[in-house]
Amino acid sequence: MAMTGQDRAVVPAVAVEGITKHFPGVLANDDISLTFNPGEIHVLLGENGAGKSTLIAILAGMQQPDAGRIRLAEKTVRLTSPRESLAHGIGTVFQHVLLVPSLTVIENLMLGGPWRRRLDRASALARFGELSRILAVSLDPDALVGRLSLGEQQQVEIIRALWQGGRVLILDEPTSMLTPAGVRELGQVMRRLRDQGVAIIFITHKLKEAYEFGDRISVLRLGRTVGEITKARLAAMSEQQATDEVIHLMFGPSATGQTVDAETMAHEGQRRRRATAVDRGQSPFLTVHGLSTTAQPGESALRDVTFEVWPGEILGIAGVDGNGQKQLAEALAGQRPAASGVVALRNTQITHLNVAARRRLGLRYITDERVGEGIVATHSLATNLVLKEIGRAPFWWRGITRWDNIHAHAREKIATHDIRTPSEHTPIGRLSGGNIQKALLARELSTQTGVVIFNKPTYGLDLHNIRTARAAILRGAKAGLATILISTELDELVELCDRIGVMYQGRLSGIVENVEGAEIQIGLMMTGAAAA
Amino acid sequence: MTAPAQGGVKSSAGARLATAFRVLLPIVLALLVGAVIILALGKDPLTYYGYVARRGLLSPIGIQATITRMAPLLMIAAGLIVAFRAGIWNLGVDGQFLLAAVVTAALAPVLVTLVPGWLMILISLVVAALVGAAWSLIPAFLKARYGVNEIITTLMMTFLGIGLANVLIKLPFNDPNTTVPQTATLAVEDRLPRLFDTTIHSGVVIAIVAVLLVHLLMTRTAFGLKLQIVGANPRAAVHAGLNVSRLTFATFALSAGLVGLGGAIEVLGVWGTVRADWNPAFGLLVVPLVFLARLHGVAVIGFVLFFAVLMSGGESASRRLGVPTDFVLVLVALLLIFLALVEFLDHRRRQATKA
Repeated sequence: MAMTGQDRAVVPAVAVEGITKHFPGVLANDDISLTFNPGEIHVLLGENGAGKSTLIAILAGMQQPDAGRIRLAEKTVRLTSPRESLAHGIGTVFQHVLLVPSLTVIENLMLGGPWRRRLDRASALARFGELSRILAVSLDPDALVGRLSLGEQQQVEIIRALWQGGRVLILDEPTSMLTPAGVRELGQVMRRLRDQGVAIIFITHKLKEAYEFGDRISVLRLGRTVGEITKARLAAMSEQQATDEVIHLMFGPSATGQTVDAETMAHEGQRRRRATAVDRGQSPFLTVHGLSTTAQPGESALRDVTFEVWPGEILGIAGVDGNGQKQLAEALAGQRPAASGVVALRNTQITHLNVAARRRLGLRYITDERVGEGIVATHSLATNLVLKEIGRAPFWWRGITRWDNIHAHAREKIATHDIRTPSEHTPIGRLSGGNIQKALLARELSTQTGVVIFNKPTYGLDLHNIRTARAAILRGAKAGLATILISTELDELVELCDRIGVMYQGRLSGIVENVEGAEIQIGLMMTGAAAA
Repeated sequence: MTAPAQGGVKSSAGARLATAFRVLLPIVLALLVGAVIILALGKDPLTYYGYVARRGLLSPIGIQATITRMAPLLMIAAGLIVAFRAGIWNLGVDGQFLLAAVVTAALAPVLVTLVPGWLMILISLVVAALVGAAWSLIPAFLKARYGVNEIITTLMMTFLGIGLANVLIKLPFNDPNTTVPQTATLAVEDRLPRLFDTTIHSGVVIAIVAVLLVHLLMTRTAFGLKLQIVGANPRAAVHAGLNVSRLTFATFALSAGLVGLGGAIEVLGVWGTVRADWNPAFGLLVVPLVFLARLHGVAVIGFVLFFAVLMSGGESASRRLGVPTDFVLVLVALLLIFLALVEFLDHRRRQATKA
């Protein structure tokens, strides 16, 4: 890693010139030119579909541009494979973790080597130690990756991205799965690397982070670069000024603070839900008492979880990923047996009922693993919309499928939930993440009374779909649904919830009213430092 | 393997054409390369293929032999479609088939002395289906309870099944009146009735009906859709509240039961007896056909016909021309290679256009 430090005529670490990339029906990148300097954190902002992912894919060697060139330290290079990209010192950390969970940290790092050579553990450990020092992180090289927290897994990914030199580090929405503390830690890591002369390309859709971490901001819209805030200007701007300018760039000249998208973005996490009239005098809709589960090694089992949810109320569950939230959702939905404890809907004990029976009683679960378990990707949208109704009227008659009814039902849902799809026959796996989530919301929110569990409902969605999902949650609560909202995004919980509890190592460590200043207490509870 | 097009999904004419192309291209390529090999053996490929077509398809005796041969293959295909669509690799069909055949061969000659012919056949078929299903019980239990890979367990059950079948024929079921160990023979007039004036037995009809029923079951019923969902994404099945382990048992039982029926049909329709060491090993021959047909019940009939023509025509053609009899297997192997190749290229093309 070269030390630069000074601001004299810097040689860009990597530059793209006139990059254009077509996909059938879409111009993903339209003549994009950008330079990324060593020793700078360069933020790329843009809505989903703005062309960020395509540009990254090109730099990572996964896609070839139709036109334009990539210059690396003033030499034109062709990056025809991820391997080549890595060899040139361009490392990418993608949004979703791409590690082998059943291998150890050091094994994951050694995976990239040539097949014909023996694994050289000693030199790998030396390199690991070197990079750990630079990043100031402490990871056990022999820990199984599957047992690490998402933040730690991300650190492993960063080490892997820097493994072969590390001139350029691309981080694709790296904060989307981190806690506030994790985000701070990542910021420190990025700054250290910057000071070492690494060019960092930081993709995000959060303006706060862009301002906090970025030295320079470029905004993409519809495949083009629509503006840049240079290092000198950014340093002179206040956060409000920078936010205004970015929103202006992202949503066009007339948009400042006006369109809903701009509003969602600018005010993200700053609006608190108005206190709602939840009548806790009547009996709660969902009662959970002393619920415990058993877990595989590496997972957090539920331990003695007790809470209640009233109709019309949104109960937030905060916490660092992997502290038992998934187990809680699954135990409530009936996908995971309870080892002990009681779950009751109104006055009906449902502890030992299966998924289908609970669903019939009005309990709905919107999973965080939309593609992993929420849908059957190869089957049609129409089929997926009735996935939890198989065998039931009016879609089946004595076990015989009535495809006409299923397709009519799908057409209706497509219209009412604004699902963008070529047709109801399209395999659902071909739809975008936002549209898949709309389909899941359409499938689960067809009830008027009951309990709905949302597990990270906005994870990985773009602004527009985040807004759609949040609106659906609020609408449901307003209609009287008892809602449980599991999220790792504190901002989201503060915006939507009436009360917020924190999961830590399988325990629900406290439920607080969502009032001014609740974040601080919640933040402490997330690390297990304080109990309510 | 790519997932099959499911029922209720209308594909455009273009997509249909592309599918037909994807299916026919490997066949054409396999025949072409096969021709080159025949040339290299110093024989005339056109004569060879001509013989195959004549003996397997165009002569009256040939076509009857071909259709008769289709019966067990179709039953196995039906069993495999159920399993594969449900994401279960039942590769133990040979054991299930053979045991059901042996039990049928032992049971039928005894039964025929006790009950009327039609009842004997009915009972035999039911028992054979049960025997087939029973032989899949251990893999089903291991899969449902402990997640043990059924490829291994079903293959191992086949080894055991073949051994057990031989033991049964040589010891308890042995017909003492014959010199070679074999079961008692069912008289020709007691076997499955022939169709019209041909040598084709009515088991073929049962087999075709079975394949079509399986197709309807998988595409038009709740049960079929449940099986497909377990197969396509077991976690989604759990999420949707399906009882995955019960469906796993049902899949195994249905699949192996159909295969067992195939064994009974082959014995009741063609042989009337089973000799020791008889093992047609149809199972692994049918697997590629089922995939060629993309697990589609109607399409598989065409592929089984094609294969049966190759088998029955190929045997006599080989004898006439002095080409090794196993050349048919070479053709099947070529077919598989080109199938995989075309599939791969098609997948790449789609990746490139989608992305």
